[in-house]
Amino acid sequence: MTSTLGLYRPGTSPLHRLPAWVKLVALVVLGAGAVFLTYWWLVVGLLAVVAGLYALAGFGPATMGKQVRPMLFFLVFTAAYHLWTADWRRAVVVTGTLTALVLMAALVTLTTRTSRLIDVIVAAAGPLRRFGVDPERVGLMLTMGIRCVPLVAELAGQVREAQLARSNATSVRAFAVPLVVRTLRRADAMGEALVARGVDD
Amino acid sequence: MLIKADHVTHTYGDGPMARTVLHDLNVELAERRIGVIGHNGSGKSTFARMINGLVVPSEGTVTVDGLDTRTKAKEIRRRVGFCFTDPDNQIIMPTVAEDVAFGLRRAKLSADEKAARVQDILDHFGLAGHADHPAHLLSGGQKQLMAMASVLVTRPEILVMDEPTTLLDLRNAAMIGRVVADLDQSVVLVTHHLYLLENFDRVLVFNGGRLVADDIPANAISAYQDLMAVRR
Repeated sequence: MTSTLGLYRPGTSPLHRLPAWVKLVALVVLGAGAVFLTYWWLVVGLLAVVAGLYALAGFGPATMGKQVRPMLFFLVFTAAYHLWTADWRRAVVVTGTLTALVLMAALVTLTTRTSRLIDVIVAAAGPLRRFGVDPERVGLMLTMGIRCVPLVAELAGQVREAQLARSNATSVRAFAVPLVVRTLRRADAMGEALVARGVDD
Repeated sequence: MLIKADHVTHTYGDGPMARTVLHDLNVELAERRIGVIGHNGSGKSTFARMINGLVVPSEGTVTVDGLDTRTKAKEIRRRVGFCFTDPDNQIIMPTVAEDVAFGLRRAKLSADEKAARVQDILDHFGLAGHADHPAHLLSGGQKQLMAMASVLVTRPEILVMDEPTTLLDLRNAAMIGRVVADLDQSVVLVTHHLYLLENFDRVLVFNGGRLVADDIPANAISAYQDLMAVRR
């Protein structure tokens, strides 16, 4: 099992050509501004804009669906909760805003090379050098975070396969323990590889 | 380039769990193609890691061109590249080109020079067509080629490879063997695929943490097979 969540897809759309820093700033602004989205029709409008941006970038509904699918359970649960405690308007506002933010974040990674994102983060962290912060290390943190998403998903899939091959029983402990052990071992090995590539220098 | 191990002993862990994997190793390596073979747990991977300072010996010293891995590891790693058994552990960036370029982030080169070097090495390893493909979705052989490319893009003088073909099928293993044969760099290759070492200059045989044979490939491999009692 591998995850292609938000992975860069080459293209020449206006969104692909937009500088990485512009897209990141827009994402931050959207994230901060989301608290002011209190009307359901505003959120629906935002989702329509997001869908339009996906189309502009050359991505269809299937791609949008893939970005949201991993959190579908969470969204359904959230909508149900707000339907129960408030009303359908509140449910639309909360789940719609979450969906829009996830889609926008995914769109940024779909249309921006990771190396460009890191360049922006490294540049933004530049002023922190005076406090002893290495901007490249900050960029590396982001890189490893992105790398670990498909990696842990892959390890989880392998553990699950091994579990099923040995028994049809589902055991949280039998899944979680080997997953944690394998993840830690993989982290160790990757750390060694980073040192070997001079990243620790 | 001279790699020297001087009275090297290495122990993992301490107390009752301590395990000595290398015993008083003394060897000097200057040849262009050096093979390292031995049974699982014989100390060959530990020795390989000592060459670029990933592991510092418990006792003794390992030097590369006079530089002690204990104190000059950073400088040594600029000269000695390392490829691991599982290339997945080396993948850092999402796409092939970005992963190969990662090693040049701190290099004092212009953006154009970096791009040219990356393109050059991708062309050389036949990966140019996969430049924008997800790195973790390549085949095993392609991943290992990418791992080599990502190390060689920094132009080290020596390449140490720890069982790079273990996870590969026969065809991909042979492909890696051909690629290694064409490298300009000196190579230290740890492997269980003995046929890859046929044209090497020298082969070291480790057994139980000791260097038990050090000879031309034919003799060393024969000694190893006798040790493993699998000679036909």
